[in-house]
Amino acid sequence: MKSRVPSLIFGRLLIALVTLTIVSFAVFFATTLLPGDTATILLGQAATPEAIAGLRTAMHLDQPALLRFLYWIAGLFHGDFGTSYANNVPVATLISGRLANTLKLAGLTTLVSVPLALTLGITAAMWRRTLYDRIVTVATIGIISVPEFVVATLAVLVFAVYLKWLPALSFTYQVDSFAGLLRAYAMPVVTLTFVVSAQMIRMSRAAVIETLNTPYVEMALLKGASRPRLVLRHALPNALAPIANAVALSLSYLLGGVIIVETIFNYPGIAKLMVDAVSTRDLPLIQSCAMIFCFGYLLLITTADIVAILSNPRLR
Amino acid sequence: MKTHSSTGSRASTGFIAARSGYRVNTVGLVSASVVIFWALVALFAPYIAPHSAGEMIDLDYFGPMRPGLWLGSDYLGRDMLSRLIFGARYTVGISLAAVTIACFTGVVLGMTSAVLRGPVDMVVSRLLDALNSIPSKLFGLMVVAAVGSSIPVLILTLSVIYIPGAYRFSRALAVNIDTMDFIMVARIRGEKLPYLIWSEILPNIIGPVLADLGLRFVFIVLLLSGLSFLGLGVQPPFADWGALVRENIGGLPFAAPAVIVPSLAIATLTISVNLLIDNLPQKIRDRSAS
Repeated sequence: MKSRVPSLIFGRLLIALVTLTIVSFAVFFATTLLPGDTATILLGQAATPEAIAGLRTAMHLDQPALLRFLYWIAGLFHGDFGTSYANNVPVATLISGRLANTLKLAGLTTLVSVPLALTLGITAAMWRRTLYDRIVTVATIGIISVPEFVVATLAVLVFAVYLKWLPALSFTYQVDSFAGLLRAYAMPVVTLTFVVSAQMIRMSRAAVIETLNTPYVEMALLKGASRPRLVLRHALPNALAPIANAVALSLSYLLGGVIIVETIFNYPGIAKLMVDAVSTRDLPLIQSCAMIFCFGYLLLITTADIVAILSNPRLR
Repeated sequence: MKTHSSTGSRASTGFIAARSGYRVNTVGLVSASVVIFWALVALFAPYIAPHSAGEMIDLDYFGPMRPGLWLGSDYLGRDMLSRLIFGARYTVGISLAAVTIACFTGVVLGMTSAVLRGPVDMVVSRLLDALNSIPSKLFGLMVVAAVGSSIPVLILTLSVIYIPGAYRFSRALAVNIDTMDFIMVARIRGEKLPYLIWSEILPNIIGPVLADLGLRFVFIVLLLSGLSFLGLGVQPPFADWGALVRENIGGLPFAAPAVIVPSLAIATLTISVNLLIDNLPQKIRDRSAS
């Protein structure tokens, strides 16, 4: 029998590409349909009509929107993100350093949250209906139903105000020593870990419980397998696909999380850059940041789908 | 039949039989009363608030809780209790309006797609999927950047963001119903689309759809508070609970009640809606499954 995996993956990638096109269309037109002429805004009230006309030609503003959209997309492919309105610096320069900061934050959070969440989720499923399981379940529901900034404020209250372990703001400390690095990143990473893990714990717990309910696991139980062996050896391999899916999906919650966390802790990342760009209405910057975020989001979602396809032995 | 078997195994603790014949448990009752409490607070805000929202009555700022100023004072010395009560109007009101629009549009589109199938279903599903792949906070940020923030814009944006979710959910339910024999009979009778979706499909999916509406309400409250917290949601002089946390964030180092109380208000509302839905009588939640 011929494997269906390549064609399924190809289909997923195609859908992702189509979605990305629709999204970039939406991002571009949402931000160009603004009232007011960009050239007039840029040059101010004292500008001569000639200067405005010149700038309009230079910025391709006199051409139809569809053509400008194509210019914009072509620019993105060449790494040309346009120029920021607010301070006349190429957007690429503004973004590059900030993006690295955000990726650092996201990477650290992933390193902390994935092992933690999977351990909690799998053990909760292993000891289902015990006090431990109840505590984990209630705590995750609590964290999921609360906005990120409440988690952040409560974390600051507990760790910085009452316990005085950590500084309330990020980057108020030197990051040249390991201890300093730990202190600077601790609050944002702790907050993001809470937000991302809660979802991951719930989904991995559900995935393991679902496999534990299958007849073949009951068979293993009747055969006399111990509880850890039952879960780790028999159930887990089959729960791997939904768990990997859960990890990728939960990590997409990072995107919403960083917007709040970077603002509240004053962390110099790309989400903070975008929130600031929104308050100054700096369109090229907003467009580029939005595209980066959507791209990251689609990447994670598509990865989740592809992992699910790859780890399903029935499709091989 | 399903109801009996599932509640029979869990009937050990805290169940009381309501007169209606629905079985309700204590967690469900407690969370329902919290939700009703906040709804009443939002509804009767002008009658129960001791002061007006903008009146400065304390000489100190970030004052502690004390008689007469039950929840302390905010960063300008205003009464936190009154601001919280008026804030409930914005948080609950805007979210309720948005969730109504989102679920109404999503469910009607979902049922229509399920009944019509074919190209209509394809196009609507693809477009809404694409909309769904823009992270919700990002979408909110972009709209605010483009048209500015006002309450009608917020309501519309929040509802557009949550249409795809409501659509997917109701379409999946409606597709199941659509394969039933009585739908086939109705089609053969020559019934039109409006009759099919309103009289044949909707009554069969209304329970889960209402539960889903509750969950989506929580998402909307979370997103609205998040946007307001970033300063992009409800604009001064009005303030919802997210905006209250934002304007009083300076009190965080002294653990002022002004920043803790609105956070807790959001948490009690969203957690109790979630718990209420989790503890809804099976009869309502599983109506389509029976």
